[in-house]
Amino acid sequence: MATLVAAIDLVKDFALRGSLFDAFSSHRAAVHAVDRVSLTLAEGEVLGLAGESGSGKSTTGRLLLRLLEPTSGRVEYRGRDITGLGTRELAAFRSRAQIVFQDPNSSLSPRMSVGQAITHPLQIHGIGTAAEQKARVLDLMEKVGLSPAQFLYRKYPHQLSGGQSQRVVIARALITRPDFLVADEPLAMADVSVRALILQLMRQLKEDMGLTYLFITHDLATAKYLCDRIAVMYLGRIVEVAPREELFSRPHHPYTKALLAAVPVPDPRARRDKNLPRGEIPSAIHPPPGCHFHPRCPFAVAKCREARPPLREIAPGHVSACILD
Amino acid sequence: MQSTSETILRVNDLTIQYPISIGIVRAVEGVSFTLADGEALGLVGESGCGKSTLGLSLLKLLRPPGRVTGGSILYRGTDILGLDGRALLAMRGRSISMIFQNPLTSLNPLFTVERHFLETIHFHDPSRSRGKALAATGKMLATLGIEEKRLREYPHQLSGGMRQRIMIGLALIMNPDILIADEPTTSLDVIVEAGFTELLANLRKVYKLSIILITHNLGLVAEIADRIAVMYGGKIMEIGSAQDIFARPMHPYTQGLIDCVPNIRLDQKELVTMPGSPPDLVSPPVGCRFAPRCPKVMPVCTERIPGLLEHAPEHSAACWLYERHG
Amino acid sequence: MGNQQPPRRLLRFSPAAGIASLIRKYGGEWWILTAGALIIVFIVFMTAFPRVFTRYSPLDQEAGGQMTAPSRAHIMGTDNLSRDVWARVVYGAQTILGVALAAALMSALIGIPLGLLSGFAGGIFDRILSLVMDSVYSFPGLILAIAFAAMLGPGVINITLAVAVVYIPTYFRLVRGQTLSIKEEVYVEAARAIGARRPTILSRYVFPNVIATVVVIFSLNIADAIMTEAALSYIGLGLPAGIPDWGMDLSMGKKFLPSGMWWMITFPGLMIMLLALGFTMLGEGLAEVLNPRLLEK
Repeated sequence: MATLVAAIDLVKDFALRGSLFDAFSSHRAAVHAVDRVSLTLAEGEVLGLAGESGSGKSTTGRLLLRLLEPTSGRVEYRGRDITGLGTRELAAFRSRAQIVFQDPNSSLSPRMSVGQAITHPLQIHGIGTAAEQKARVLDLMEKVGLSPAQFLYRKYPHQLSGGQSQRVVIARALITRPDFLVADEPLAMADVSVRALILQLMRQLKEDMGLTYLFITHDLATAKYLCDRIAVMYLGRIVEVAPREELFSRPHHPYTKALLAAVPVPDPRARRDKNLPRGEIPSAIHPPPGCHFHPRCPFAVAKCREARPPLREIAPGHVSACILD
Repeated sequence: MQSTSETILRVNDLTIQYPISIGIVRAVEGVSFTLADGEALGLVGESGCGKSTLGLSLLKLLRPPGRVTGGSILYRGTDILGLDGRALLAMRGRSISMIFQNPLTSLNPLFTVERHFLETIHFHDPSRSRGKALAATGKMLATLGIEEKRLREYPHQLSGGMRQRIMIGLALIMNPDILIADEPTTSLDVIVEAGFTELLANLRKVYKLSIILITHNLGLVAEIADRIAVMYGGKIMEIGSAQDIFARPMHPYTQGLIDCVPNIRLDQKELVTMPGSPPDLVSPPVGCRFAPRCPKVMPVCTERIPGLLEHAPEHSAACWLYERHG
Repeated sequence: MGNQQPPRRLLRFSPAAGIASLIRKYGGEWWILTAGALIIVFIVFMTAFPRVFTRYSPLDQEAGGQMTAPSRAHIMGTDNLSRDVWARVVYGAQTILGVALAAALMSALIGIPLGLLSGFAGGIFDRILSLVMDSVYSFPGLILAIAFAAMLGPGVINITLAVAVVYIPTYFRLVRGQTLSIKEEVYVEAARAIGARRPTILSRYVFPNVIATVVVIFSLNIADAIMTEAALSYIGLGLPAGIPDWGMDLSMGKKFLPSGMWWMITFPGLMIMLLALGFTMLGEGLAEVLNPRLLEK
């Protein structure tokens, strides 16, 4: 399978507004949101990017679409470096790569109707006449389950249910027929039953439109359902990548194991593993030296503090950033 | 299961409504359930089902224009709805406590952790000396697994998980009988959440606590609750032990809910989905409120509302599939 | 699919039912809005068709006796130059409304785009502009208007300019503040994600979300401008003697009050108050209507 999108050694630091004293010191504190992350997405696959808050997964997603500029590193789309693209080419890229956000209510302008919101990308890229655009929008609306389309076309976001607004966001992302979609926690704000509907919809659309997804989530249970491969992030770094079956049956990195054990199971007989990592996620401004996870890791040894563990291959297609076995 | 324990909370036919511009929202309609001493009851449902409104009403925390229009809430025989002023304030935090979803907004940003505890203790027990109050606080912090040095910190200096622990500590410092937790882990990361549920189980044993857990998270409720009540459209659709609800769900809504949640321990090829949206609570459908979306709907479902009846030992459901409708 | 059926035509389209439902929906605020709108409509009517209201000219110095009290012939009496006061009121509306509206429009047309650009662009451009605007804003409005009026000299246009300058910072600050917060909204990021360029984002995503508050401010601004204009002409700055003006009449009528001749000052005064009240009520009513609360009291 051809590689559609590749991230190479991405780094993103957010400078902190320091106090007066910082201006005099040479070292400016920064949030190291993404710390040398490399990923590839093959055409047609769903790659899950899993992690808790502060893991850098949302930032990575935005970097892949150049909604944020990387501090260093580059992103390639179909082999071309998109980090240096000019405005014209960037615009073309935007019609091929799209994003669905977490909260549909805040990602839709309250003053734009459903029809206007979904049509706008077509207008920006000059696709079709007004009549053609409307037809295409109505068609896609039906496809994503916004029915009756004619009726909902004129509605405003505050008149829609949560599930409907999320579908509008999805339709807006797909109207230009992109091949790459970043979904940033698209289910987080949705009700339980709506989540299942949206998951099902995303699966369906992937088949019908030949999409490649980067599915950002904190919920490994959903990742298991939708994703082909899963990458686990912790404090700005990727700690493990594996195909779905591999990750869930033979997780290697202690953080992945902890994450999997902590996922709540809708079954009263299941018991969560009591062997939880100590403490909480440290600050991304002053991360621990060496392996970021070592202060909380039940298996840590002295060597873990020394250097950043590289991602090494444990099994075919399965890499882990842990030096232990 | 403490079926021989005394019932400490009895909710009878509770109805809560609030008027809006286009009519009256029937947020909770005719809800009845009991809570036994030491038991954990889960109130499960999606947004709009009325579970949060119900939770707030248990401590008379409902904001106008919402109001209880019928029914009673009996705590050890006393109707909470009849309490006012001092009696009500004495009950809140002392007999029944509540914690909410977002601990940051529930804590006073200008108070240190220590002050939060001391103020709470002093309010309920003004006669207690500062020394004794500090001792009790220290003991609570130890149970919560929080270091003593945190006493002098402010809420914004603490992590989300720690704040939620402080919340629980404040809720339990006066040793109440009942703790109501409204979506306590929604804002927490999953590993922190696991730690929190462990803490809750621990506290439950130490303080002999009864818990009402309000949540939409089926995994959480499966772990904590002894009994579960499933709410939809302001009414209880099914109520039974956690085992019964998950293994032998009676109501189609319960079944649908369980089916559409991904289970990480299983290999699920397809999720069964429930199309449709929650009912309009201003003009709810005639008959069973779930009928418009129910895969097993029958003609009687759109005509009459089924009663919440015990169709199996300690397991009730409001569904015409089980009730005779001649 | 649940409650998403297209609405059936339950009510025949009837204005009474429409208004009734609007009142039910917005309650008290709707009264304020309607009352304000009615006052304004009435006065605008007066401006547009003065001859419907009076047959006298405001400049006619032989309309009736000198300083006669209100009577059937002259419902507001006559002034010291034997002009009919009601006529002066009717025609004076043109002046004051015209100046206030023009000034408000000018302020808005300058302040709003500057606020949008400044808030959106940020950086040093924003810093400098904010500094300038804040300096102007910190001046007491009336003093500033007087200063400008004195500087520019008499004339309707100059008066309009003087009043306009005072309110530019108001629009600027409001719009800039809104722009700053809207800039951070997810839907602005979403607009970037779909490929919109900055001008498009400003015009189609930021501006429509800012405009609601601006409409409210515009109405309140006119109310304020009315007062400022009246104050300026009360002091004697700006308008030449020939043009009928409520503020000037206030100033002239002041002299005769101690003698018990109250109508020359009272009626223009009342009109100023009424017109300003009208726009204020419109503004406040709009504020509530455009941001409807979810629950009624």
